[in-house]
Amino acid sequence: MEKNVYLDLGYWAQKKAKEAGADETGIGINQSRSVEVDFRDGKVENLKESTQQSLWIDIHSKGKFSSHSTNDLRKSSLEKFIPNAVDLTAFLEKDDFRTLTPPELYEGQHTVDIDINDPAQVAVTAEERLNRAKELGALLEGRDERIISIASGFYDSHSESYLLMSNGFEGHNESTSFTHGASVSMQGEGDKKPEGWKYYRAHHLEDLVSAEETAAEALLRTQDRLGAKKVPSEQLPLLLENANAARLLYYLLGPMRASYIQQKRSFLEGKKGEQIAADVLSVIDDPTVVRGLGSKYYDGDGIAAKVRPVISNGVLDDYFVDVYYGNKMGWQPNGGGTSNLIIKPGTRSGQEIEAALDKGILVTNWLGGNANSTTGDYSLGVAGWLIENGKRVQPITEMNISGNYSDLLMNLVEVGNDPYVHSSFRTPTLLFDKVSFSGS
Amino acid sequence: MVNMSRRDFVKVTGTGLALATLPGFIRSGFAKDNPGDNPYAFYFQRFGIDEDMVSKVMAEALHYGGDYCDLFFQNKLSNSIRLQDNIVNSASTNVSLGVGIRVLKGNQTGYSFTEDISLASMKAAARTAASIASGAPKAAPQTFNATKLMNYYDTSVSWEDVGVKEKVEMLQAINDDVFKEDPRVVKSSVSFSDSENYILVANSEGGLSTDYQPMLRISVGCTAEEDGRRENNYFDYSARDDIRFLTPERLKRLPKEAVARTVKLFEATTPQAGEIPVVLAAGSSGILLHEAIGHGMEADFNRQGISVFSEMINKKVAEPFVNIVDNGMNPNVRGSINVDDEGVPSQETMLVEDGILRSYLHDRITAKHYGVETTGSGRRESFKHYPMPRMRNTYMTNGPHTFDEMIASVDYGIVAEQFTNGQVNIGPGDFTFYVKAGHLIEGGKITAPIKDVNIIGNGPEVLGRITMVANDMKMAEGGWTCGKNGQGVPVSMGLPSVLVSAITVGGRG
Repeated sequence: MEKNVYLDLGYWAQKKAKEAGADETGIGINQSRSVEVDFRDGKVENLKESTQQSLWIDIHSKGKFSSHSTNDLRKSSLEKFIPNAVDLTAFLEKDDFRTLTPPELYEGQHTVDIDINDPAQVAVTAEERLNRAKELGALLEGRDERIISIASGFYDSHSESYLLMSNGFEGHNESTSFTHGASVSMQGEGDKKPEGWKYYRAHHLEDLVSAEETAAEALLRTQDRLGAKKVPSEQLPLLLENANAARLLYYLLGPMRASYIQQKRSFLEGKKGEQIAADVLSVIDDPTVVRGLGSKYYDGDGIAAKVRPVISNGVLDDYFVDVYYGNKMGWQPNGGGTSNLIIKPGTRSGQEIEAALDKGILVTNWLGGNANSTTGDYSLGVAGWLIENGKRVQPITEMNISGNYSDLLMNLVEVGNDPYVHSSFRTPTLLFDKVSFSGS
Repeated sequence: MVNMSRRDFVKVTGTGLALATLPGFIRSGFAKDNPGDNPYAFYFQRFGIDEDMVSKVMAEALHYGGDYCDLFFQNKLSNSIRLQDNIVNSASTNVSLGVGIRVLKGNQTGYSFTEDISLASMKAAARTAASIASGAPKAAPQTFNATKLMNYYDTSVSWEDVGVKEKVEMLQAINDDVFKEDPRVVKSSVSFSDSENYILVANSEGGLSTDYQPMLRISVGCTAEEDGRRENNYFDYSARDDIRFLTPERLKRLPKEAVARTVKLFEATTPQAGEIPVVLAAGSSGILLHEAIGHGMEADFNRQGISVFSEMINKKVAEPFVNIVDNGMNPNVRGSINVDDEGVPSQETMLVEDGILRSYLHDRITAKHYGVETTGSGRRESFKHYPMPRMRNTYMTNGPHTFDEMIASVDYGIVAEQFTNGQVNIGPGDFTFYVKAGHLIEGGKITAPIKDVNIIGNGPEVLGRITMVANDMKMAEGGWTCGKNGQGVPVSMGLPSVLVSAITVGGRG
């Protein structure tokens, strides 16, 4: 369907919902087409192509709220689906905090061309996809005699979405995505078969890190794992590789949301304007990064996305406030989610920080674990390297780090100058002091 | 097929309350629902298809000489309703309808799907999937034979016929109980979700299977405050069942458990970090098996030679009292299936028998590769995904020891009781699972509660360190979803109390 066909359907659904008794609606229509090509050891393993579409509708009726979605977009089906959705809403309880976005928050979208839709995507042929996936794998063949198996893949998609709010918002978003990478398995000690991988994603095909570099990293990240073992439990500095630092910080994003605070599940409640981390940490949320993986013009509530400080010199600037929980807390909504989180870089590279480290553990992989948003306690599995006198002396695995985020963040001693740009969370290398590692 | 009689018990409520909304052609099929002699007429009617259409789509799928093809029709209706801050203030419904078309050529898979179940759309998708092969067309079957199946989740009330009002009242009653349970409770949330999944699988060998897969999950979460400290925890049930599962006893136990698990955390401490003995309490501790051995036994990883278990079949991996199965036939259990998503009847698969590694979990591709029968383990998240070998309900059967013996044998260690998540790296076998709550063992006695520790170990090593297995096997009660290659499927797990002699526990430095 063309753009106006979806928009027309959206407005038609809006009208149907009003006719059925809804006071206000939020409607989203998503459409995407994707192709996935997987190779294993020189042969196609999976080839998958698909087109999908869906419509969701939020119904606000007499102070009550419900949300519905379907992938059956035929008008004959929606003609029954929508009135049923409105009928159902009547049986719920009234909630005065559930409102549409105040229209003034739709205003002021930034005007940067974020360039997240690659026009070159339509020209990518089936043959090119196959070749790209195959060649990436082929670059690894024969590179190490311990290799058992090589998987490589190329995936691309084109997505469009529409957002219509009945109080006067219309949004359209169109983007492309390309991912390629490889996973390698090697014969290790005994029955162990360490695995390593590297995948890169970008909005534009030309922005993907080269196949050569991707393959080389996948190989290195597997060779790195050979002979890994746990070392004795000890409190040590934690050096966190830039490409994997986001995982540690993601656990902070929940407790920074108004929903967590209102539900009394956030250890960061009451910390706005307070020092929650060492002063070397400054984070902004920037939706305007050209070709950025988190770049956008508006969020799911239709609120105009804006550049905003999140943490400045260790002080928590603000929470993430969506419309509903903003209403409950009496706070001005600023968008419930993030776009591109960018950490202010320091002065030294990851390599320089590592070379200057007397003893510590470099973490390059995470192995499960979790964190408690209410208390800030965490316990996470890690793998990487034991560093002594600036050198990687022993690959480690099967170890845990445990503690509380309040302490961990205050023990951040250095931020690298090497933000990882292939993610919507652009983290540089991070060095934390006094982290509890458990091992043998 | 047993499912077909389901409608006989259901009266149309006529209240307009049905939470799930159906595409019109499906709804209209219900009124004159009479399967008659054709056991799969109900499903053909539901999807608006017939044998001739299926045959024509298959002819397209085999146009370039694929070895095999299958069509996976799916219509899933999902509902959820939630209480927060003392009011039932949101509900959601989802309707998903489509067909996935898979073509195999050797070990290679071509896959496409369409959300439009018209002959033209299905043929176009079939031609896309067909391109995995590159030979001369093959013939498609003209007629299909229904696979005879057992029913492991006999239900009599459709979720469509459970009204919103009834659910609202149920959630309110639970919420009231949460606050009555303990004055320290400051927040409560209750959510309930149900779904009905209708599937039809037809393959180019003329096989045809259908299934009606119900599911429910109910979860109660709460936050409590004491002396300026806060703790949060939850309790949930999940089952392939209808509304009858929610007995008064279970509805009373939900708030009780949720609150007890939360306030207990005020007394909780953290164990000393390092390798210590761990007693896994009976029940959801089965997560150990899921991560330590289950994934590594999925045959696709072994066919590729990349699992730590790839060369261990018929070798000793554990003490002789260790027996581990993966079973799709446990009545009304979350991971049970009457038929897998390749149309193969459900089975029980022995992973470890008397300490010896026995069978991988197979789908069609891996079974062919190894020259064995599939174990009925081919599962997929939806019609948008191709099947892979997956677990169903993975558990250990009873052993010769007792829980008390285990505790008495430990000088310093922990009992792990509640879990939130786990994962494994298939190749090296390193796995973790997160213990939300448990207790310390000191001097052979259970002492203080503990919370929030990650446990990390190596699959084959930990299996070898299971030194005691008790006779109190229990299945997990909550809703577990297993993720693999981006696909989530419902599973369950179980364990009798088990002692692992040493495993790395996160904790104080």
